[in-house]
Amino acid sequence: MSMPFGYASPEQIMRDKADYARKGIARGRSVVVLQYEDGILFVAPNPSRALHKISEIYDRIGFAAVGRYNEFEELRLGGIRYADINGYTYDRSDVTGRGLANLYASNLGRIFTESIKSLEVEVVVAEVGDTPDGDAIYRLTFDGSVFDEHGFAAMGGQADAVATRLKERYREGMPLADALEVALTALTEPGGERPPVAQLEVAVLDRNREHRKFLRLTGARLERLLSQVSGGGAAAQEPAEEPPGAAPGEGASGAAGASGAAGASGAAGASGQATPPPTGPEGDIDDGSSPL
Amino acid sequence: MASHRDLPAGLVNQLFHNTGSSSFTEFVAGYAPELLPQRDKVLATPIGDQVPHATTIVAATFAGGVVMAGDRRATSGNIISQRDVEKVFRADDYSCMGIAGTASTGIEMARLYRVELEHYEKMEGRTLSVAGKANRLATMIRGNLGMAMQGLVVVPLFAAYDPDRDEGRIFSYDVAGGPYERERFDAIGSGSIFARGALKKLYRDGASADDMVMTLIQALYDAADDDSATGGPDVTRKIWPIVSVIDADGYRRLTEEQVAGYVEQMLEQRLISPDGPIAPLR
Repeated sequence: MSMPFGYASPEQIMRDKADYARKGIARGRSVVVLQYEDGILFVAPNPSRALHKISEIYDRIGFAAVGRYNEFEELRLGGIRYADINGYTYDRSDVTGRGLANLYASNLGRIFTESIKSLEVEVVVAEVGDTPDGDAIYRLTFDGSVFDEHGFAAMGGQADAVATRLKERYREGMPLADALEVALTALTEPGGERPPVAQLEVAVLDRNREHRKFLRLTGARLERLLSQVSGGGAAAQEPAEEPPGAAPGEGASGAAGASGAAGASGAAGASGQATPPPTGPEGDIDDGSSPL
Repeated sequence: MASHRDLPAGLVNQLFHNTGSSSFTEFVAGYAPELLPQRDKVLATPIGDQVPHATTIVAATFAGGVVMAGDRRATSGNIISQRDVEKVFRADDYSCMGIAGTASTGIEMARLYRVELEHYEKMEGRTLSVAGKANRLATMIRGNLGMAMQGLVVVPLFAAYDPDRDEGRIFSYDVAGGPYERERFDAIGSGSIFARGALKKLYRDGASADDMVMTLIQALYDAADDDSATGGPDVTRKIWPIVSVIDADGYRRLTEEQVAGYVEQMLEQRLISPDGPIAPLR
């Protein structure tokens, strides 16, 4: 980083910080958040049963994170305090995902510019609405950028490869079992082995639930869901492959698979320098056209 | 307030200040104390008689759960201030509380208590034990003692399903706190003496949820029969008691239609025998 009596340009400092954060995040496993017909699904390969990557924040709001556990845990706890205090001050319906995303963004942004070390985290704040149109998925990066994602979001070590696989298979209004299948396929490298059920952290924000929409899917319930998929595995796969069409679709998925694998191996070495976040130092210059 | 140095990893917002406890009330006391009920103010004149009072709440356990029911009347002195007030509140997925005494203070307490339970659950990733929930409520009531001495008394009844024992549990309180765990059934509020008398005769060990709902409806009717501050079922306006059932499947509040069914059945019998079911003598 900056040397005691030397000069380092602001660009250099920011680039170093961003690289540092990106390397830290790239070490973790990916997390996938996507819409399904009744709400929003969170899937994270997580060998630990005690340290959660996915959590409830409020009635309609869920949280998922990758990176350093102690850092995103502080964000999670702060988010719960923010939501509870707002819901208590006003009304439970006055707590929004957008407000929470802004709180996180301002804090992440300030830390990125002011602290020596930025937080090595990437966060998703998801809110389920009364209808699919009301659903929102906000992805926040270590520098405080907010991305209003449509349908799905992937983050973590191999986010680009996972997002590519997710994009190929994601359809609007999928049943829960299909959405879970899509998420697991996206999280698994082509030809790789899927994480065992015991090492999966899965939760949903189900708009049909009363009061609190967040629900962890564990044990027998999760296994039943997974068996629904593997029982009708072919059926679940087929519609996912159908929409792109005949030959071009196959070609595209093949190419993406190859690039995904290349991206994955590249990410391990060079921490995914191919596509940095848009507002990162070596990314596009912010001309005010970004969503937030 | 803590200085920024106490905050983790450069987070500057006080929302990220770790109080070292998972209690919402404790956090709010440091973050925005004016949001909490002001308990230490001395009122110029006691206003206990002028604010609406909530009245009778009954609860009873059944095989594998607990039922709580409350009438719908709120009174200020001899005036009926509200006919359809709600006094039984869901606290979390496996517990509920009913309030008797000053309605406004009770409603506020129920709201804070719900956040308190949920806050702990989200922060810690586990639900409080039933005893933990009951103790937390006792502390909140004790905090209200100063106001209670000036007439703003609120005394709740707490009921929860205990997953470790697979049974319902009931806790009662007094103005200074508690909790006192009750076996089988309990009642609070102005009509409680009459309701308790009815429950004594009608309670059956190992009854089903369906039977126990009927028992509580009968007990509430008996309370309304003899206590002017307890409201009976309002047939013309179709206002029925609030009935909540908690078992292994969680909390559920019976719908208006479901309660109406029980009430109609009871009223039909009471047309023949106005004092209700007769318990066997031997």
